[in-house]
Amino acid sequence: MINELFFAYFAFAIVLLSILVITRRNPIHSVLWMLLLFFHIASLYLFLNAEFIAALQVIVYAGGILVLFLFAVLLVNIREEIRIGRYISAWSSGLTFAVGLFVVILMAIKSFVAAPPGMYSIDYIKKETHIKALGKLLYTDFLYPFEIASVILLVAIIGAIVLAKRRLKG
Amino acid sequence: MVLSTAVFTIGVFGFLSRKNIIIILMSIELMLNAVNINLISLSHYLQDMRGQILAFFVIAVAAAEAAIGLAIIIALFRNKATAHVDEIHEMKG
Repeated sequence: MINELFFAYFAFAIVLLSILVITRRNPIHSVLWMLLLFFHIASLYLFLNAEFIAALQVIVYAGGILVLFLFAVLLVNIREEIRIGRYISAWSSGLTFAVGLFVVILMAIKSFVAAPPGMYSIDYIKKETHIKALGKLLYTDFLYPFEIASVILLVAIIGAIVLAKRRLKG
Repeated sequence: MVLSTAVFTIGVFGFLSRKNIIIILMSIELMLNAVNINLISLSHYLQDMRGQILAFFVIAVAAAEAAIGLAIIIALFRNKATAHVDEIHEMKG
């Protein structure tokens, strides 16, 4: 009972907050609502027994990405932003497309069939601890994607510096 | 999964219809978060760790994408002094 109550609260809050994020006129309000949204999502992860991912969500998203967004928002002329319209002129086609996609995905979910459960049951994770189980899998079976992720981050660092630096004279 | 679908489509709507390019990037983050919710809930219900590993990589890629996207916005803003997608209509630098 209390589980359903928690999930209902988080689901409702997440949907409401994500609507707030994309409809606010002031981009700073958008960013702050998004901060609250990320915390709610992190609590949902805790609720789903994924405490490492929850911590990662708070650190990377709330700590890193949102600070970047706030920094970029400060470049925009807020006063002009509040004055003019929020949406492009063809926003109704965007809404139609989104609602259509929602219906299609809901229809697709109905045909979902659960696979047989894997070996990582709650008891196993309790015995092994979550981070240890995750790390073992990450550094053995998924070592190659892990290295690729590090290369992607390196490319992102170099690319961001190259793109954002001022053009050299001459 | 219904929750994840709802968040994803809200992200799609924001992506398609907002004027400010920063909000469009935030909508992309919203969609990636919806995918993450789906991955982690399935990983919980199927008792399999691979969903969480994939969510881990999605978070790493999202961080990289946000950094690159904001760098592009800053470069764009320096040249055009606007952050609205309907005022940007030339690709020749």
